[in-house]
Amino acid sequence: MIYYIAAVGLMLIGLYVLLTKHNLIKMIIGLSIMDTGVNLLLITIGYVKKGTAPIFSKTGLEPQNMVDPVPQALVLTSIVIGVAVLALALSLAIRLYQHYGTLDMRKIKEQRW
Amino acid sequence: MIFVFFLTVLMLVSAIAASVFKDLINAVIAMALVSLVAAILFYFLQAPDVAMAEASIGVALVTAIFVIAIRRTKREE
Amino acid sequence: MRKIISFILLVIVALGIGLSLRKIPFAVPKTKVGTYYIDKGIDQTGAVNIVTSIVLNYRGFDTLGEVTVLFIAALGVGVVLATIEKKTKREIMPSSLVLSTGCKFFFPLILLLGTYVFLHGHLTPGGGFQGGAIIASGFLLIYLGCPGKRINERGLKATESLAGLIFVIIGFLGLAIGGYFLLNFLPKGIPNTLLSAGIIPIIYIVIGFKVGAELAGIIDGLMEKS
Repeated sequence: MIYYIAAVGLMLIGLYVLLTKHNLIKMIIGLSIMDTGVNLLLITIGYVKKGTAPIFSKTGLEPQNMVDPVPQALVLTSIVIGVAVLALALSLAIRLYQHYGTLDMRKIKEQRW
Repeated sequence: MIFVFFLTVLMLVSAIAASVFKDLINAVIAMALVSLVAAILFYFLQAPDVAMAEASIGVALVTAIFVIAIRRTKREE
Repeated sequence: MRKIISFILLVIVALGIGLSLRKIPFAVPKTKVGTYYIDKGIDQTGAVNIVTSIVLNYRGFDTLGEVTVLFIAALGVGVVLATIEKKTKREIMPSSLVLSTGCKFFFPLILLLGTYVFLHGHLTPGGGFQGGAIIASGFLLIYLGCPGKRINERGLKATESLAGLIFVIIGFLGLAIGGYFLLNFLPKGIPNTLLSAGIIPIIYIVIGFKVGAELAGIIDGLMEKS
C-alpha cells in the first residue's frame, strides 16, 4: 500500500515541476522524475504476496508463488526509452541556448525568430 | 516494513528538494538519489532485472549526461 | 495565479488516479498470461530466466522497436549538435599520474564485468541492456579520468550499425526457416547451462554491443570538441 503512495507522489511532484518552473533544464528534471514514478507504479501492480523472483535457478522452486513477469519485461523497455528521450531533449536545450542566449521560457516565447 | 516507510519518506523529500534548489547541479544530485532509492524499492518488489537496469542507467548515465549539458549552458536558474 | 491553478489541477489528477487505484487490490495474482508464461516457459524456450524469454522470444518484436528508438536518439543527438565550429585550442590541465593510471587500470575490468552480465543473460538477472550500460560507463571513466583523450568515432558507429544489421538478419533467417519472424530455430539444449535456449544468447550478445556503442556515442556527441 505504501508503494502506491510513493509512485503517485512521485508522479504528482514531477507534474508540479513541469507546470510551474521556467528554466528549461528544471522542466527536463521534472520529466525524468515523472518517468521514474510511472515505472514504479507498473512494477507495483505485478507484485504477489509472498512471491519470489521469476527465475528457476534451483530445481525445487514451484511456479505457484512467483511474481508476474510481464510488467517487468515492459518496464525494462520503458527505462531505456526514457533515457533516449532525455538525451535528445538535452541536445535541443543546448541548441536553444546557443541561439537565444538564455534558457528562460518566458523570454524565449516573446522573441520572434 | 518500517524500513520501506523510511525509504519512501527519503525518496519523496529528495524529489521535493530537487524541485526547490536553485543551483542546478544540486538538483541533479537529488534526482540521482531518487533513482537510487527507486532501484532499492524495485529489489524489494522481487524484480532484480529492473533494479539492475535502473541502477546502471538511471543513476550513472543520466547524471553524467545532465552534468555535461549543464556545463555547456548556465549553471544557476 | 499560476500556482493556484496548478494546485487545483494536481488535486484533480490525484483524485482521479486514487479513485481508479481502488479497484486494483495490492499483492493479489491478477492475470492469466503471466502464469502461462511461467508454466510453459522452460519447455518452449529453454531459458531459465523467464523475463529474458519474454523480452526476446514471446515479445521479441517490441525489443526490435526499442533498439530502433535508441538508434534514432543517437542519430538525433549527432544531427542537432553538428556545427561547423573552429576547434578552439583550450588549455587542458593534465591529470595526476595516480588518477590516469588508475583509470586505465580499471577500464578492462569494467569491460569484463559488462561482458559477463550480458553473456549470462538467460541464466541470472541481467541481459543486454544492463551489460551495455556498464560498458558505456567504462568509456565514461576514460573521458573523466584522462582529459583530452577521445574515442575513435568511426569505430563506434561501425560497431553499432553492424550489430543492428545482424539482429535483423537473424530475424529474417527465422522467417526463411520456420514460418514467422524471429523464430527460435537453434536447438534448445539442457536448461541451466551456458549453451542453451536457442538464439537468445546470440541476440543478447548483439544487443549488448549495440547498446554500449550507442550510449558511448551519445556521451561523445554531447561533449565539446577539444
